[in-house]
Order: sequence, then structure tokens, then C-alpha cells
Amino acid sequence: MNWHAVKAIYMFEINRAIRTIGQSIISPVLSTSLYFIVFGAAIGSRINEIDGVSYGAFIVPGLIMLQLLTQSISNAAFGIYFPRFAGTIYEVLSAPVSAVEIVLGFVGAAATKSIVIGLIILATATLFVDFQIAHPLWMLLFLVLTGFTFSLLGFIIGIWADGFEQLQLVPLLVVTPLTFLGGTFYSIDMLPEFWRDVSLFNPVLYLVSGFRWAFYESSDVSILVSLSMTLGFMAAAMAVIWWIFKTGWRVKP
Amino acid sequence: MSGLRKPSTRRKPIMSQTRQSETSAEPILAVRDVSKTYEGGFRALKHVDLTIRKGEIFALLGPNGAGKTTLISLVCGLAKLSEGTIHVDGHDVTRDFRKARAKIGLVPQELTTDAFETVWNTVSFSRGLFGRPKDPAVIERVLKSLTLWDKKDNKLRTLSGGMKRRVLIAKALAHEPEVLFLDEPTAGVDVALRREMWSVVGDLRETGVTVILTTHYIEEAEMMADRIGVISKGELILVEKKDELMRKLGHKELTIKLDKPLDAIPANLADYRLDLSEDRLSLTYSYDTTAERTGIASLMRLLAEDGVRFRDIVTKQSSLEEIFVGLVEDKK
Repeated sequence: MNWHAVKAIYMFEINRAIRTIGQSIISPVLSTSLYFIVFGAAIGSRINEIDGVSYGAFIVPGLIMLQLLTQSISNAAFGIYFPRFAGTIYEVLSAPVSAVEIVLGFVGAAATKSIVIGLIILATATLFVDFQIAHPLWMLLFLVLTGFTFSLLGFIIGIWADGFEQLQLVPLLVVTPLTFLGGTFYSIDMLPEFWRDVSLFNPVLYLVSGFRWAFYESSDVSILVSLSMTLGFMAAAMAVIWWIFKTGWRVKP
Repeated sequence: MSGLRKPSTRRKPIMSQTRQSETSAEPILAVRDVSKTYEGGFRALKHVDLTIRKGEIFALLGPNGAGKTTLISLVCGLAKLSEGTIHVDGHDVTRDFRKARAKIGLVPQELTTDAFETVWNTVSFSRGLFGRPKDPAVIERVLKSLTLWDKKDNKLRTLSGGMKRRVLIAKALAHEPEVLFLDEPTAGVDVALRREMWSVVGDLRETGVTVILTTHYIEEAEMMADRIGVISKGELILVEKKDELMRKLGHKELTIKLDKPLDAIPANLADYRLDLSEDRLSLTYSYDTTAERTGIASLMRLLAEDGVRFRDIVTKQSSLEEIFVGLVEDKK
């Protein structure tokens, strides 16, 4: 393993985030705070408890997951797309680094950033609502697995994208709707039976559900199913990246 | 431009290796029967064979689209090899890519830099990327040798084009490579900067680094290279020592400035393939410098016999450019 290269790529990306710390951290914290104010305080006060948890507390895991998914995807997609756009990718491709090392550097940095943002939002949430974390280690495990998995997805999008518009397309048109419809703001038990069944095809449901179980021990699906699905998404993303580097798709002519 | 050095001023060598007294015969790059076909079927390289020896400066000449950058891309791992093998210092670039690439530094044609990074950070990043541990002393030496030291804390976007080009060279040298590829190092730069680049390459020669540069500026190859390869339409037409190439393919022209206009070339000079200028005041004779007899003495004698008087004689050696154009035209 070329650990020097992994460290170089990782630190390069982390330094980029530190340079733009305002937009990296303030923006997601501000938007999440607005969610807490609107859904937690204003609307949430008129909604009954769900599984014995107040509505304000109920949406905490979902809101963290919403930011974790979008931040992971956009950080990783931009991290690999920008060198492609600027042409500096030549240096990474001509260096003695393997695909695994490239992915560890770029995806590791993107996941780190999004996990840190997730933790900051968690801290921010304590300012608005009272909540307990029943299984902190499971919570951290889901945070790390989800951050890494969706950073892998972001990396794929960054390789696929041919322009900044495409870079925004998947997060806006796919991930945000799936997150909203994945039980971020409600339990799927609150849905009519048909839509409940449809929701089971939404992969984000399993992430939000598992994450919420780590907080309140209540979930839409079993924790083991959530964990298996998360690992399954990760394996699928890794397989796609393996294929990208094996064939050189969009990377090497 | 600040920081630019006059060509006559010598800098410290860029790296610490001692200069090899003579170019070693040991190959540092071996390209064997290499072909490259891009998706869509375009065949950019056709059965290229090339051996580059340690310490030499090799210029790959060719018009735009000839395959120069494709060949570099294949060696450096930027494109996939379709056929053939490439070894760098004995290491296969596909199977043993780590060892092969660790020996190579690449300076791309385009000025591709991370605009918001500092010079120091971007050069240090390159060293780490190539698997070398942090060594501020090496980075300092490289930056000083390229007169970038006083710019080390500057962001790249604040630098001039010439300085950015130097930064790209510094990045390529940060891991102390044995082979440096310069892809069109002076494409689109002004004359002063071009001479600067030549000077930088001259310094690299002192360190023993093998330099492979692509260019379509003949003057560049003529100024710097030990050997020249000519590539056209994906085929390596010729590889030759520069001096040998000039000697073999070089023609000289002898122009005789006449005293009075000549009506026609005298019949007894028909075998000399002389050209009479439009103003009829000069005769041009092309001859091969390597021929046993150039024919100059007999031409002069016959002119004297015909009573043709002249006031001046000028000789001109064909440039590498003329040789190159001739080769490419022949290929067409």
C-alpha cells in the first residue's frame, strides 16, 4: 500500500474543506436548524408522540441522515470531479497508486467531512430538543457506514458527471426525494398500506430506520435488516468502482 | 517577469545526483511494438519501437495529432495499452506499475494547477502522491533550483504562466524521478520563456535525469536533444542522433550572387541542377555534404570557363525543420 499517497490525497481534500469551512459547516447547520424550528417546534408541537418519542426528537436521526447523505455525495462527487474538470487528475492517474488507494484518499476524506458535519448537527440538535442515544456505538457505526457508502456513491457520480449540472442532478433529483420519502419526518406505519409497501423499496428507509433505532430502539424495519442493506449498498458501490477502474470508464481512454 | 533568470546564469542542479560523464547505454525506457487504438477505432499509434538510454535528452518531434502525447500517456499510465509492452528501468508499466511510475515525472502540456493551493503545498502533495515521505529539504532544493523559493507561499492563481510552468516541473521533480517527460514544454509561450525552459532542461541534463520531450518546434529539438525521434500519423518514422540526422539528411545550398543578370543557365552546367532566381542575379546549387565529391570545385571552374562572373557566395545548411517537413511529406 502507498500510504503516503493515501495521506496526501486525504489531507489535500481535508485542507480544501478547511479552506471553505464556512460553506462546509455553516450551511448544513443552518438549514438543519431551520428544520428543527419549523418541523420540531412549530409543527411538531401539534403532532402526537411516535413510539413514545416526541416529534421533535423523532426527526433528529432523520435530519442527521438527510445531511449525511447529501454531504457525503456532494463532497465525494466534487472531490473527484473537480480534478477531472481542471485537468489535475493526470497527476493522480500517473502516480504509483492503485484504485483502492485513490478511493481511500478521496472517499475517506469525503466521509470524514460528512461524518463531522453529522456530529455537529447532532450537537446542534441538543439546542432544540431533548433526546437520548440508546446505543451510541451503533449510532456511530451507522454514521460511519452510511457516510462511507454514500461517499462511494458520490465518487461514482463525480466520475460519471460531464458537467456541474450533472454533478447536482443525482443529489437533487434522486437522493433528496428518497430521503424525504424514507421516513425522515415520519414512521412508515403512519402511511396507508400501499405506500408503506412502496417505501420498503426505498433504500434510504433502511438507513434512517437503523439510525433511529440506535437513538430510540424503535424502527420501521429490523436493525439487522438495516445493517445488511447498508452493507449491501456499500458492496454494490464498491463493485461499480472496481468496474470503473478495471475498464477505465471515463478515467482512462 | 520577476524570478526569471538570464539564460547565461547557471543555477544549482535540481537534484543531487552526480552527472554521468557520458550517456549510459543502459535503457531507461523500452517501448516494444506498441499500438494504441481508442474507442471508436482511431488508431493513434502503430507498432512503435523505441529505446531511450539513461541520462539522454530525447526529443519526440511530430505535427499535431501525430501520437506524441498518446505515447507519453501510455508510458505514464494515463491511457490503456492496446498492444505491446513498455518497460521503465526494467519494470513493466502495467504489471509492475508502482515501480515503473515511481521513476517517472510528468509535466503536462496544459497548465493544470490547483488555483487555490500554495506552491509549497502543491509540490509537497506531489511528493506524497508518489509514495515518498515528507522531506522539506528536497522540496526546498527543487523550488530554489527553479527560482520558485520566494513564491513558495503564493497561491498558484497569483502566478504568471511561466511560473506555473515551473511549478509543474517542480511537482514532477518532487519525488526525484529518473525520467522526466515534458509534453510540449513551450507550447504557446513567448520567446523569453521558451529560452527559460531550455535553460531548465539544460540544468536537468547536468543532474543525469533522462528527459523526454515532445515538441513541434524544431528549434527546440535542435537546441536541446541528444537524439530525435520523428513521429507522424502514429508511426515512428525515424530515430537518430541529432548530429547524425543533420549529417545524413542535411543538404547545403550554395548561392552564387552574380555580377550581371544571366539569360539562361549555360548548357554545360545542366548536370548540376542549378536554379536561376527570378531576377536572374543568383544561382543556387544544392549538394549533399556527405557525398564523396560535392561538385563545388568543378562548378566554379565551369562558371569561370563560361565567363560568368560573381560577386558573392553564400552557403546555407538545411534546418531540422526542413528535414522534418521532408520526412513527413515523404510519409504522406
